[in-house]
Amino acid sequence: MSALPPSPGAAGPAGTTLALRCRNLHRHLGQGEGRVHVLKGVSFEAERGQVYAIVGPSGCGKSTLLYLLGLLDRPDDGEIEINGRVMSNHDDWARTAARGEHIGFVFQFHFLMLEFTALENVLMPMRKLGRLSPEAMKARAASLLEAVGLGEKTHRLATQLSGGEQQRVAIARALANQPTILLADEPTGNLDVKNSNLVFELLTRLAKEQGQAVVLVTHNPEIAQRCDVIRRMRDGVFV
Amino acid sequence: MSPNLRIAYRFLTAKKRAMFMSLSCTVLGVGLFIVTQATTSGFEQFFTKTILGINGAIRIEDKIQDTMRSMAAAGGGDSHFSRRDGVKYIEGVEEPQALMEAVRTFSNVRGVSAVVRGNVQITSAFKTEDAQVFGVRLEDHIRVSDLAEQITSGELEDYRQSPNGALVGRVLADRLQLAVGDSFVVATRGASRRVHVSAIFETGYREVDKTNVYLHLAEVRSLLKRPSGATYLQISLFDPGRAPEDAFRMEQVLRHSVKPWQEREKTWLAVFRALRISTGITVTVFTLIASLAMFNTLAMIVLEKTKDIAILRSMGYERRDITQVFLWQAGIVLAIGAVIGAIFGAAVTWLVGQVPLPINGIFKTDHFIVTWELNHYLAAIATAVVMVMVASLIPARRAARLEPGDIVRGTAQ
Repeated sequence: MSALPPSPGAAGPAGTTLALRCRNLHRHLGQGEGRVHVLKGVSFEAERGQVYAIVGPSGCGKSTLLYLLGLLDRPDDGEIEINGRVMSNHDDWARTAARGEHIGFVFQFHFLMLEFTALENVLMPMRKLGRLSPEAMKARAASLLEAVGLGEKTHRLATQLSGGEQQRVAIARALANQPTILLADEPTGNLDVKNSNLVFELLTRLAKEQGQAVVLVTHNPEIAQRCDVIRRMRDGVFV
Repeated sequence: MSPNLRIAYRFLTAKKRAMFMSLSCTVLGVGLFIVTQATTSGFEQFFTKTILGINGAIRIEDKIQDTMRSMAAAGGGDSHFSRRDGVKYIEGVEEPQALMEAVRTFSNVRGVSAVVRGNVQITSAFKTEDAQVFGVRLEDHIRVSDLAEQITSGELEDYRQSPNGALVGRVLADRLQLAVGDSFVVATRGASRRVHVSAIFETGYREVDKTNVYLHLAEVRSLLKRPSGATYLQISLFDPGRAPEDAFRMEQVLRHSVKPWQEREKTWLAVFRALRISTGITVTVFTLIASLAMFNTLAMIVLEKTKDIAILRSMGYERRDITQVFLWQAGIVLAIGAVIGAIFGAAVTWLVGQVPLPINGIFKTDHFIVTWELNHYLAAIATAVVMVMVASLIPARRAARLEPGDIVRGTAQ
């Protein structure tokens, strides 16, 4: 696996710039009698070049917070800032654009698009953003796959890759648009120990090289211990 | 290739069986639309051509009575009064030559022929039959009918050269056992003429072929003792579709009853219209099935691709991108289905055109009649586009409405 070459428009080296901030986030899920107050006034900050672990028991609101931070969901109350810009109250179009430009996601179950090759999966966010030429996109996608150790498997369909390899493709895809924030929901939750370590190493190394804020939700205490900051949640609040 | 089109193509090709079903339904919808249109309008157009070839596009007959004085002036001779729709008519055309000159000034008029008609009895060596005799000037009449093309035996030239030559309908000739060159007697009101068969014609319209005999105009005038006037004027048009408008203007200007072929043949045209509606319903069902198949395929893909939708949305793909991805899928099926459906429709239309089908009554044919019109293909494709795209819009919009947060949480509805 090689280091990721810098690309046009890439963020600078790791610094202390605030990439993500949320204040007093509230979120209810469910309806009627089943309605649950999942997040009860959560505030959080993430700086570039830092790796944050959010830990806590199942159902405490970790993933809900992550989806709110990634603008995949809307808070009932509170505010989310992405690179200094309040995004929580914006319309769907602006929030989608912000996701494409500033946020990369890695999910527990990889969520690769199975009809596409590893290379095409990585190209997908770049093609939407359209910042690079087609040749530059392909070169960047290939170098990202090289960086995650899949340089030999760029043209394999997602279905022809192992779980660990799929997760590495997902990391390469999350980094494709040079986001300032990388959000990972149990990125090692579905992997064996060897692959868990490999994926965590990759995530943190590439993110630090690119100066990204990494926020990961995990149940794995070993993984959490290796992060720069650990935030513990219980019953919808940080403790 | 745009990212959305690329994704649509992959989604679709990954569901080969469902895509094949949608494609088959679209091909069938487009193809059968074309075939039904080609066959329905084939018979209608052939009937129209037959009718125009016999009776022309417009017929001018009775004069409209304007005043009491004109009624009195027209009181003598063979003229009769009739009253239709509150308007009085004097039967026949009194001054055909002047009227013909006036008719020729209409830009859409291709030809006009004065016809004197009378009921007669035809006696051959074998038997006697009732018939209708038509006195025409051949050169005028072949410009307003397909008489020249309807000759099945004998020569038109012989008729042209022989003052006592006759053109006899095929059915009448068979009944009287007349052949080209045979002579027969035409009789009416105590007068009779011996003429000979110059040629036998067949229009395919049985009533015409059973009763009609064409003689030279002078011969009929003499036989019917009608030295002037005409029973009607037969008119052919460059654009027969405009006959109602031209007929209306002619009636206003010429003050005669003027009937376009659409009014004359309205019973048969109504039958064809009913047939068209009936096949239209069938065709609509075909395209409805095609659109339902497309709806089903897309709805299935939306259900199976919710996680992919969430991924796309998380990567910055907008709601309209998701809509486009699914509409593109419908578009791809439509494009392929339209091309194959048009080829399929053309092939089946050709095959149907080869099917033997002897018909003799309102027209004569020995095989299935089809028409080849670009409009049928365009209409079939346009119908498929509307139906399939409308059916695709629902699953496409549903896909776009999915909230990525709900999907990754597993609570998407």
